[in-house]
Amino acid sequence: MGFMDFFHRKRSGEVAKDRLKLLLISDRANCSPDMMEAIKNDIINVISKYMEIDNENLDIQITQTESEDGHGTVPVLCANIPVRDMKKRS
Amino acid sequence: MSEVIVITSGKGGVGKTTTTANVGTGLAKLGQKVVMIDTDIGLRNLDVVMGLENRIVYNLVDVVEGNCRIKQALIKDKRYQNLYLLPSAQTRDKTAVSPEQMIKLIDELREEFDYILLDCPAGIEQGFKNAIAAADRALIVTTPEVSAIRDADRIIGLLEANEIRRSNLIVNRIRMDMVESGNMMSMDDVVEILAIDLIGAVPDDESIVISTNQGDPCVGDSSLAGQAYMNICHRVMGEEVPFLDLKTKTGFFGKLKKLFG
Repeated sequence: MGFMDFFHRKRSGEVAKDRLKLLLISDRANCSPDMMEAIKNDIINVISKYMEIDNENLDIQITQTESEDGHGTVPVLCANIPVRDMKKRS
Repeated sequence: MSEVIVITSGKGGVGKTTTTANVGTGLAKLGQKVVMIDTDIGLRNLDVVMGLENRIVYNLVDVVEGNCRIKQALIKDKRYQNLYLLPSAQTRDKTAVSPEQMIKLIDELREEFDYILLDCPAGIEQGFKNAIAAADRALIVTTPEVSAIRDADRIIGLLEANEIRRSNLIVNRIRMDMVESGNMMSMDDVVEILAIDLIGAVPDDESIVISTNQGDPCVGDSSLAGQAYMNICHRVMGEEVPFLDLKTKTGFFGKLKKLFG
């Protein structure tokens, strides 16, 4: 890495690698947008039983994370669910 | 014992035909009896890359349909007595041949040849299915680009689903200057993403363009690509050969430029 590269943004080779890794996880999982939508709706239904959530801003996606045994990466399903109100359990 | 190897990629234009021509010629150079089959029916190309386009009388479809015997359709190479080409048909389409017919044809060729190389068409449809039907192993060609790698990953999945367990990767058209500046994925990056064994890395080399223009594969000559292809042939035969250093030689000013680049 050259001296001036210190000030540069991520180089395109690395960008390509990161994009591909993400893309291939969803390709390999054969997760269609329809299936992701179905998972999303099911999660909304389950969580809504216990608390009030922001359905509009709920976001789920398949990404990857370092595996716990330290051998490479594993796919992970990430759900970001904003909670509006913690309902009291009846 | 003969081995049937399909050269495939998913994406078009990454160098399947050039790879087939060079690996076929290289194996013949190493004394093996080789036949290359162009399975891209309708888009015949391997003949012209090999410089044999003027010798075609019969083709793959003629053999399958029984219009001629296999021996009549095989074209002997100009340079090597032990190298043959079975050209594809130009005026038909992929449906002219079925996977079962390919298996039958190749079983007959197994008795004659050490290596049977199948130049696969781009895509994952009928032509691909025909080409992989009889294959024992695969060489997957890709370039260090997102589109080619994505397609290669799909192909790897399809080969596994079709019980072809021995797949090796060829990373083609590497530009070491761009890898060094961080603007191209390296062989290691591609291997890490696709998670299959690398059998060769071929640099983006002018000698490929020149040799293709002349219809004379560059395998085994002094160019970097020629050496890289020869090494692939040795590895196909099971020998262990160290990977070439593809790094471009930069002088003092080049290094200085890179340091401040």
